[in-house]
Amino acid sequence: MAHNPESTAAHAHHFVDMEQQRETSTLGMWAFLVTEIMFFGGLFVSYALYRSMYPEAFGAASLRLNLVLGAINTGVLICSSLTMVLAVRSAQLGHVKALVRYLLATIVLGSTFLVIKAFEYTHKFHEHLIPGTSFRFGGPHEQHAEIFFSLYFMMTGLHALHMIIGIGVLLVLLYQSWKGRFSAEYYSPIDVAGLYWHFVDIVWIYLFPLLYLISRD
Amino acid sequence: MWSFPLLPESASTIADKIDALFYFLVAVSLFFSLVITIGLVFSAARYRKGSPASRKGALNDYLPLELAWSLIPLTIALFIFGWSAKLYLDMRVPPANAMEVYVVGKQWMWKIQHPEGNREINELHIPVGRPIKLIMTSQDVIHSFYIPAFRVKQDVLPGRYTTQWFEATKPGEYHLFCAEYCGTSHSGMIGKVIALEPAEYEQWLMGTSRTGVAMASSGAELFDRYGCRTCHRQDTGPRGPALDGLWGKAVKLATGQTVIADQEYIRESILNPAAKTVAGYQQLMPSYRNQLTHEQVNQLIEYIRTLPPVRGQ
Amino acid sequence: MGKTEHHAVVDVENDYIHAGYGLKSWLLTVDHKRIAILYLISITLFFFVGGFFAFLLRLELMTPQGDIVSAETYNKLFTMHGVVMIFFFLIPSIPAVLGNFLVPLMIGAKDLAFPKLNLLSWYVYNLGGIFALYALVNGGVDTGWTFYTPYSSTYSLSNVVPVVIGAFILGFSSILTAVNFIATIHKMRAPGLTWFKLPLFIWASYATSIITILGTPVIAITLCLLLFERLMGVGIFDPALGGDPILFQHLFWFYSHPAVYIMIIPSMGVVSEVVTCFARKKIFGYKFMAFAIMAIAIFGFLVWGHHMFVSGQSVYAGYVFSALSFMVAIPSAIKVFNWTATLYKGNIEFRTPILYAFGFIGLFTIGGLTGLFLASLATDVHLTDTYFVVAHFHYIMVGGAVMGYLAGIHYWWPKMTGRMYNEAWAKFSALILFIGFNLTFFPQFVLGYLGMPRRYYIYPDEFQVLNVLSTAGSTILGLGYIIPMVYLLWSLRKEKNVGANPWGATGLEWTTQSPPTTHNFETIPVVTSEPYVYHQEVKSGA
Repeated sequence: MAHNPESTAAHAHHFVDMEQQRETSTLGMWAFLVTEIMFFGGLFVSYALYRSMYPEAFGAASLRLNLVLGAINTGVLICSSLTMVLAVRSAQLGHVKALVRYLLATIVLGSTFLVIKAFEYTHKFHEHLIPGTSFRFGGPHEQHAEIFFSLYFMMTGLHALHMIIGIGVLLVLLYQSWKGRFSAEYYSPIDVAGLYWHFVDIVWIYLFPLLYLISRD
Repeated sequence: MWSFPLLPESASTIADKIDALFYFLVAVSLFFSLVITIGLVFSAARYRKGSPASRKGALNDYLPLELAWSLIPLTIALFIFGWSAKLYLDMRVPPANAMEVYVVGKQWMWKIQHPEGNREINELHIPVGRPIKLIMTSQDVIHSFYIPAFRVKQDVLPGRYTTQWFEATKPGEYHLFCAEYCGTSHSGMIGKVIALEPAEYEQWLMGTSRTGVAMASSGAELFDRYGCRTCHRQDTGPRGPALDGLWGKAVKLATGQTVIADQEYIRESILNPAAKTVAGYQQLMPSYRNQLTHEQVNQLIEYIRTLPPVRGQ
Repeated sequence: MGKTEHHAVVDVENDYIHAGYGLKSWLLTVDHKRIAILYLISITLFFFVGGFFAFLLRLELMTPQGDIVSAETYNKLFTMHGVVMIFFFLIPSIPAVLGNFLVPLMIGAKDLAFPKLNLLSWYVYNLGGIFALYALVNGGVDTGWTFYTPYSSTYSLSNVVPVVIGAFILGFSSILTAVNFIATIHKMRAPGLTWFKLPLFIWASYATSIITILGTPVIAITLCLLLFERLMGVGIFDPALGGDPILFQHLFWFYSHPAVYIMIIPSMGVVSEVVTCFARKKIFGYKFMAFAIMAIAIFGFLVWGHHMFVSGQSVYAGYVFSALSFMVAIPSAIKVFNWTATLYKGNIEFRTPILYAFGFIGLFTIGGLTGLFLASLATDVHLTDTYFVVAHFHYIMVGGAVMGYLAGIHYWWPKMTGRMYNEAWAKFSALILFIGFNLTFFPQFVLGYLGMPRRYYIYPDEFQVLNVLSTAGSTILGLGYIIPMVYLLWSLRKEKNVGANPWGATGLEWTTQSPPTTHNFETIPVVTSEPYVYHQEVKSGA
C-alpha cells in the first residue's frame, strides 16, 4: 500500500496527479491480491487432492470442528466487511468522524474473530488435535485425520495471519484518520486497505464450508 | 581411458526406435542451428557498418514470412510429438506375457525378487528375447531405476508401485543407475543388469541366488503366520472378504466406486486397510505397515494372485 | 521517440549518484536507480559464491572416483550452487538490476509506482540471503535445489529449514518488484506511449512480472507446507504418513518451470533492444515479438508436468504436457528468426553489447532445440535426470539468461555510470565466455546421451574424457566472468564523458543525461513515434 507521508492533499513527487496515484495504488493492490489468491490456491489444491484421496477421514475429522464458533465467526467477518465498506464510503464523502467510527468497528470485529479463533485453537490443543507427536484422533483414520488437521491449521492459521496484518494496517489508518490525513480528495489508502480486507473475508467464506461443513447433512 | 564411447550401447527392442527419433531430433536441431548461424553470419558480414551492400527493400515486418516460420516449426513439432507419443505408449504398456520381477529401492541399494524366489542385490539377471516387467517400490525416498543401454527409466516411489518394461536383445552386462537424487550415496546406488541367453538364465535361476521357495509359497507361509486366514476365508462371513479368485477382478467399495484388484490395490489394502473398504464389510482390519517388509508384501501379493476362484462362483 | 531529446549537459553535481553521500543515503534511498545499484552489488556477490561452488564441482568431476571433497560435501555443493544461482542470482538478475533501473526511464516516469516497496524488496532479498548463508556456514544443505520430498521433509539431516525459509522470504522480494512493475507499466507511461509503442524490454519485464505474481506464491506456500511437515512431523508429502510426494513435485514445478521464463524472458527483452540498436534497423516483426513474449509467459504455466514424465504420472497427462511443451517452442523460434531478420539489410556496428547478444542467440538456439528432445516423451525417458538435462538448462540459463544479462550490463553501463569501459577487453571476454561455455557444456550433452545421471559424485570410467573436457572449459568460463568484473570496475576511474546517448540509440532512457538525475526527466516527455526508428527510409512490408 502506498501511503505517502507528505501527501495530505498533494500527490507524491513521481506521480503526475492525484488520479494517477489513486489508480496506481489500486492496481498495485489488485496485482498483490492475485498473488494472494495463488498463495491460498496452493493450499486449496492440496486440500482438494487429500480430500479426494481420503474422503472418509476428512469427513470424520471435520466433525470435530466447532460448527457454532465457526458460524459465529463467519457472521462476524461478514459484518466487518460491511463496516469496511461504510468506512470507504465515509472516506469518499469526506466524513472523517464516520470514517474513524467505521474503522474502529472493523477493527473490533476483526479482533473478535481472532479471539474466537484463539478459543477454538486452545480447544483443539486440549483435545490433542494439534498435528505432531501429541496428535490423538483414534479410530482407523488417525493418520489421514492428521493431514486434515495439518491443512486446517495451515489454512486457518494463514488466514488468521492475514487478519492480524489487516488489523495492523487498519490501526495505522485509524490513527491517520484521527489526525485528519484523509479527505474526499485523498483516501486511496483506505480504499486499498478495503480491497485487502474484503479479500481476506472472501477466503474465509471458502474456508468455512470446506473445513466445517463437508460432512454435516 | 582414451578409448571412450560417444554413443551408448543399444541393447533393447525399444532402444533403436528411440535412437531413430533421437537422431531425427539431432538432424532437426542441426538444420535450424545452421539456418540461424548462416543467417547471422551472412547478415553480420554483408551488412556490417559501412559495407557497400544495398539496403534497398529492407523490411520491418513481413507477415507471410513470419507465418511461415511460425507454422513450419509448428508442423515439425507436431510431427515429433506424434512420433514420440506413439513410442511412449509402447514403452508404457507392457505386453501381457511379460515376466514380472519385483524391485525394492532403498538408500542406497536395489533389492530384486524373482517370482521363482531368487533374490539379488544391485544385480538383475534377465533372459534376452523376453519382455520383462518391473514392479517397483521404494522403502524410503524417491529413486529412479535407469538402464541407459535399454533407454528406459522410471521413478521408484515410496508408498506405491510404479512399473516399467523392456526386452533385452543382446546378452551382456549393462549399467544400472539410480537417476533420482536420493541422498549421500546416490551415485553409489548403481548395479548391473545382466542379460543372459534363455538357457543360461534357466541355469542361473537354479544357481547360487536360488532360495528354493517361490515368492507365492513364501507368501502362503506369511498368510498363515500373520493370521490372514482367520478373516479372509470362504466361510468367515462378514468379518472380511474372501480372496479366492480375487486377482484381476473388479471390487466394489463402500464408497460405491470400483477398483481392479491388482498389485497396487492389494498392497494398499494390507498397509492401509482404511483407505478402500470393500462394500458390505466393516473396516476392522489393522494396518500391517509396521509388521511386514516390502519384500514380504510382494510375496503376499504373489500368493494372493495364485488363489484360484472357488468353484461355483 | 526522439522528439523530446534534452541533450542535457552532464552536471557532475546533479546525477543520482551524487544526490546524496554516505552509506545512509544509499541504504535508505527510494530512488529506483540507486536500488538497482544495491541489487547489482548483492547479486554479483551471490553470483561469484555460486560460481565458486560450480568450480569445485567441476574439479571434483575431473576423475571418476571421489578425491577433493566427500560425497556429502559434493551433494551440498551442487545444492547450494543451484539454490544460490537460481534464487539469488538468475531470478532477480535482470528484473531487479536492469529492470529497476530502466523501467521508469524507458516509459518516461520519475520512479517506480511504489518506491518504498522497492527498497523493501532489496532488504527482503538480503534477509533471505542471510538465511541461506547461515545454512551454508552451519553445514550446508544436501537436498538438491528441487527439495524433493520425502527426502527433504523426512530423510535429509542437513539445514533444510533455514534454506527453505531463505527461499520463501526471497519470493516476497520478487513479488514486490513484480507488483511494482505491473502498476508502473500500466499506469505511469508517458503521454503518447501506448502499449504498442513500448520497447520490447518493457514487454519482457511486464511478462516476467505477471509470471512472478502468479507463480511465486505457489512455491511460497509449497515451501510452507514442507516446513510444516519437517517441523511438526506430519505427512503432507511423506507417503509413509499418508501424504503424496508427487503433489510436491506438481506444486514445485508449477512455479519452477515458469521460473525458467522469469530468467530468460528479460534476456530476450535485452537482446531485442541491443540487436535493433546495433543493426541500426527497427526490430523485425515488433508485434509478433511482443505477442511471442506474452505467449511464452502464458504457455509457460501449462507445461510444468514435463519435468515429471518418469515420475509415475499417467500416460495421458504426459501427452498433454508434452504437446503443450512443443507449443512453447514456437514463440521461442519466432523470436530467434526475427532477431536474425532484423540484422538482414541492417547497418551493423560490432560494438560490445551486440557481441554478447550474438552469443545469446547462438546459445539460446541450442538450448531451445535441445529442449525438444526433453519435451518429446520417448526421448525424455532416456535423457531426463542425466547430464543432457544439465547441459540443456545451462544453455538456456547461462548461455541464454546470463549472456543476455551481460549484454544488458554492457549496453546500459554508460547510462548507469556515465562511463565507457575498455571495449577491446570487453570483446575479448565475450569471445572467451562463448568458447568456455561451449567447451564446458557441450560435452555434457554427449554424457547425458551416454547415460551419465546428474548429481553423481562418482561415475564409471568411460565418462572421464568428456568430464575432463567440461572441467577444462569451466576454467576458461570462470576467467571469462572475472574479466568483465575488472574492466567494468576499472571504468569507474574514468571521466564521465559518454554523453546522453553514446550508442546513438532510440528510447526514452537515452534522452536523459548519463547518469540520470534523481527524477530522471526534468519534464515528462511526450511520445509520438513508434519504437526503434533507426532507419527512417525503411518501408513496411505487406
